[in-house]
Amino acid sequence: MATEILMPALSPTMTEGKLAKWLKKEGDAVAAGDIIAEIETDKATMEFESADEGILGKILVPEGTEGVEVNRPIAVLLEEGEDASAAEAVAAKGDAPASTPAPAKPEEQAPPSMRNTAPAEQPTAADLGDLYEAVIETTTAYAPPMEAEPTYEKFKRQTVREALRDAMAEEMRRDEGVFLMGEEVAQYQGAYKVSQGLLDEFGDKRVIDTPITEMGFAGLGVGAAFAGLKPIVEFMTFNFSMQAIDQIINSAAKTLYMAGGQMGCPIVFRGPNGAAARVAAQHSQDYASWYAHCPGLKVIAPWSAADAKGLLKAAIRDPNPVVFLEHEIMYGQSFDVPDVDDFVLPIGKAKVERQGKDVTIVAYSRMVGVALDAAALLAEEGIDAEVINLRTIRPLDVTTIIASVRKTNRIVTVEEGWAFSGIGSEISAVMMEQCFDWLDAPVRRVAGADVPMPYAANLEKMSLPQPEKVRDAAKAVLYK
Amino acid sequence: MATQRRKPKSPAPQGDVSITPDDLQSYYRDMLLIRRFEEKAGQLYGMGLIGGFCHLYIGQEAVVVGVQACASPGDTIITSYRDHGHMLATGMDPKGVMAELTGRRGGYSKGKGGSMHMFSREKGFFGGHGIVGAQVPLGTGLAFAHKYREDGGVCYCYLGDGAVNQGQVYESFNMAALWKLPVIYIIENNKYGMGTSVERHSARADLHERGHAYGIPGKAVDGMDVTTVRQETQGVVDMVRDGGGPYILEMKTYRYRGHSMSDPAKYRTKEEVSKMRSEHDPIDNVRKMLLDGGMSEDALKEIDREVKAIVSEAAEFAQNSPEPDPSELFTDILVDA
Repeated sequence: MATEILMPALSPTMTEGKLAKWLKKEGDAVAAGDIIAEIETDKATMEFESADEGILGKILVPEGTEGVEVNRPIAVLLEEGEDASAAEAVAAKGDAPASTPAPAKPEEQAPPSMRNTAPAEQPTAADLGDLYEAVIETTTAYAPPMEAEPTYEKFKRQTVREALRDAMAEEMRRDEGVFLMGEEVAQYQGAYKVSQGLLDEFGDKRVIDTPITEMGFAGLGVGAAFAGLKPIVEFMTFNFSMQAIDQIINSAAKTLYMAGGQMGCPIVFRGPNGAAARVAAQHSQDYASWYAHCPGLKVIAPWSAADAKGLLKAAIRDPNPVVFLEHEIMYGQSFDVPDVDDFVLPIGKAKVERQGKDVTIVAYSRMVGVALDAAALLAEEGIDAEVINLRTIRPLDVTTIIASVRKTNRIVTVEEGWAFSGIGSEISAVMMEQCFDWLDAPVRRVAGADVPMPYAANLEKMSLPQPEKVRDAAKAVLYK
Repeated sequence: MATQRRKPKSPAPQGDVSITPDDLQSYYRDMLLIRRFEEKAGQLYGMGLIGGFCHLYIGQEAVVVGVQACASPGDTIITSYRDHGHMLATGMDPKGVMAELTGRRGGYSKGKGGSMHMFSREKGFFGGHGIVGAQVPLGTGLAFAHKYREDGGVCYCYLGDGAVNQGQVYESFNMAALWKLPVIYIIENNKYGMGTSVERHSARADLHERGHAYGIPGKAVDGMDVTTVRQETQGVVDMVRDGGGPYILEMKTYRYRGHSMSDPAKYRTKEEVSKMRSEHDPIDNVRKMLLDGGMSEDALKEIDREVKAIVSEAAEFAQNSPEPDPSELFTDILVDA
């Protein structure tokens, strides 16, 4: 049976092209794989191979023709034994639209939330509300509302360092598939002594010293997680995770989606993040907004020892890739940790560390302490600040922040990282979308200075949020 | 973890493999399936039914068919983005693979991965990765898991000649050798990393020697001959499975098509391509061996017909399967905790 040869698409972006040259003429025999024409695409001149064998019965588009749309019939191929009249018949029919099977389209191309963004319609306030609701429903960036944390009666005093170690040890006892790998985690007992004692208890099969090879061992950990193990990958500091960020984002975070749900990646990337002390620009940076930007990851930034223990245990149990941002300066600080058998905190739930009615201060990691210090300074001036410890960056507990701001009507965000596209910027946007009518002043962001971290002690201090600066920001949103 | 160093073994081991006429016939069928599948994919691309990047495996069929003939259940396979052949060789359903190429809900990734991103836990196929060289640490991690679990499995980690200059490949070689992981790095050297020939991208073109600094043995194999691939690989698989540590196989092969669909391949001559096609085609070679061995033309034609029917059915399915439901946009971001 005679068949039409259609103008092919020969690049991802091609919609039409020039039929530069016919390499076969009417009446020629053609075998599958024979080059029959040269076609100029938007990118290059390509050779066009015949998909079938037969006789080139009729050329419908002469060479030199420009702007030939993809899928327009350009020639007719006859089977052996067919005569030219068959070609004429097909060619006549060929005036009809191309016979490419159209993809079976679902009734709607995009879900309602996407349709709402159509530029042609001027959105009403109600539409904006709908859009926001839709975003809340579909995104994994914001956490659903969760129940309040239970109250505990017994506590033990622990450093953040000990809490992290205990969390890993408990989870390794609980699950044979959990193992720790990283630079100096085993024999050296951890560059910051976080993995103290783990090698003795679990042996070198499960506590593994790696070479200094971040991209390699991060990728190796992701592969092991694909295979169903539960790696804890320690970066000596998160600064070095930039060597491995392709494996964290492209391999760990995206594969579940690209696999249509088949390939989970239960892995924890952990280590100290943010500014230590006097180590200059390459070793002092907050990666919270880098990782929180990406769907497919969870991002946690504990402050206290209780946060560290309860959330690291949750992270190890979570079936998803989790970025766990610790803080070197917090490692030696002691806190009360609930003394219960299996203390696990929910990922995505913030904690109100200090109740207050006048202004909300939101912070994470070491900056929670700075925010509490600022609250103490404010109290001296008769201002009652509420301090929220985010605990989890992604998914963000917007519910707790919104509830607080509906009470205080004013909010200040605090982070070590740079302000641009930072966590404070995200919270500010949420306030705009969800709390606009409750705000009595614009959101204020207190963030790291917009410079690489300086070495000099005075400059370093100036570049990081200090309690006085947070106090001043809080007073500014109170117009005091 | 063991940190024992090992010198490269020489001569490279060769398995004790006798290839029966039935084996040969099955290699022929498997290679032909890949060839016809890829040709059909090229056609569907031309019709606009497949979008974006599409990297065809035509010419390299003997490599994956010969290597996977040595694999056992429980082994794992991982590769880059020129991956359709690997999926078919591991026994993944051509319908599901083609429907993923067309971005339909019947595809292995429900239409959300495309040509470069498909997976099958059931078949031990771990992708399908789009960043050059990134699958090498991942495959090393699969091998780590085999060793951790002591399950006797081997990981076949494929990479192209273009990937051998990525730093993470050597980070992986080092750890694999240090910890004696059960992984075979199969370098499919098709002579061009996109448009740059091996001579122009590599200071030393003997890619199987790339592991020597880590004590990883390697050898070059005629990757256009499926029987040679099978024979040279079997012994390596046995050695690696027995705890011998990693091994590098450099498969000398050739891709007939461009790097991707939009590549006119002007960096090589037509004569070079047609010489490979006419003198070294892996499928023609086996076809001739089968005829010489007494198989009839009719019996071969029967295989051709069977393969053609499978591919037609896959293409049909891939065109008729509906696009993903809009609700799928927001699924599979995270596993429910």
